[in-house]
Amino acid sequence: MGQATRNIANSFTTSGVITSSAVNNTTISGITDLTLGGSLILLSEATASASSSISFTSGIDSTYDEYWFVLNNLHPANNDVTFQFNGSIDSGSNYNVTKTTTFFQAYHLENDGGTGLSYITGSDLAQSTSSQPIMRNINNTDADMSGSGIIKLYNPSSTTYVKHFVGMTNYYHIGGATAVGYFAGYFNTTSAINGIQFTANSGNIDDGTIQMFGVK
Amino acid sequence: MGTRITSLSNNFDSTGKLKAAGINNASLSGITALPSGVAGKMTLLSTQTASGDATINFTSSIDSTYDIYCFRYISIHPSGDGRNFEFNASTDGGSNYNVTKTSTSFIAYHNEADSATLLGYEIDGDEAQGTGYVHLAYNVGGDNDQTCSGEMWLYNPSSTTYVKHWINVSDSYQFNDYQSNTFTGGYLNTTSAVNAISFQFSSNNIDAGTIKLYGVSTS
Repeated sequence: MGQATRNIANSFTTSGVITSSAVNNTTISGITDLTLGGSLILLSEATASASSSISFTSGIDSTYDEYWFVLNNLHPANNDVTFQFNGSIDSGSNYNVTKTTTFFQAYHLENDGGTGLSYITGSDLAQSTSSQPIMRNINNTDADMSGSGIIKLYNPSSTTYVKHFVGMTNYYHIGGATAVGYFAGYFNTTSAINGIQFTANSGNIDDGTIQMFGVK
Repeated sequence: MGTRITSLSNNFDSTGKLKAAGINNASLSGITALPSGVAGKMTLLSTQTASGDATINFTSSIDSTYDIYCFRYISIHPSGDGRNFEFNASTDGGSNYNVTKTSTSFIAYHNEADSATLLGYEIDGDEAQGTGYVHLAYNVGGDNDQTCSGEMWLYNPSSTTYVKHWINVSDSYQFNDYQSNTFTGGYLNTTSAVNAISFQFSSNNIDAGTIKLYGVSTS
């Protein structure tokens, strides 16, 4: 046998089965679909570094009928900051889609001195193009103070229906409390949503990651 | 070398390893199982698309294969106005949807006119040992762009020892131009295995929308 043939032969066992080391691409990038693969597909990940905004302007289309945005340890540059998000129908040129939303919050003080559950009228929207709050009044006086959570966006590419979203976050509230925010609503448009942007209501997003998943 | 050998050789690199391009089936449909740690933990089992259906029923795949099942309902549009989207369960493969259940429901709403908000318990949406369909989303509108979307998680439906817990979160564009965020949960009060789930509107049909069933492995 020639050398090439010998090398190929060495990639097979004596019974003719390909050996585990015979594939030179451990991720097998030629595979573009796997029926048995997971239903949660990581599409994009952004890491904040004193960022004025984090925007997702690609990957939001009809490929998936549900998208998840996982927010991990978003830390504000300023104190008493609200993180928020908005949608775009022009791939990120403008983030100003009309929304009607709700927001309610539960909290518990670290010193066990108070608890609460209430609707927050200051964090809802009624046919507004403003950004929707997702974490309120975050403390940044210590380096470990941050907020995390998840937003689920349904059927953003529909040109027939509004686009619903639901979200839940937990954050270190300036009042010395853990707070959990529940928010939901709809982008009141029949245009496709193809961009999502996260911002702080003042200052930058100092640190943290946001991952965008498609749900098969 | 013959043509076949030449072609085969071209699919290997100079060290004899198989190139990525040497696999001619991008979906590798012949693979029927993946090792633990490689396969995803959430597996799409079934998808149904509504088109003027009175009910959408899932009568297979709900068994002991997975510990948790998740139903995602997306852009569910009623043929009537102000209908509640709801579900029920079966212990006989879908012959009857009438499992006893006790549940809670609370809701946050806000109208487009910005004149009304609420966070409160929805007494009309709970069940106390009832066998009827239980609400998942309230008062969904029938305008062309009005729908509800959400997800319902069902835990350990095949248990023959314990009741079966479920939780649901949804968002609804209501007929009266209210937006509502609904939280419901409860247990199916049976020690029989639950093996089918049915979705419907409180009246009229499910005009459009998609419901997907996922199995979630915890091991």
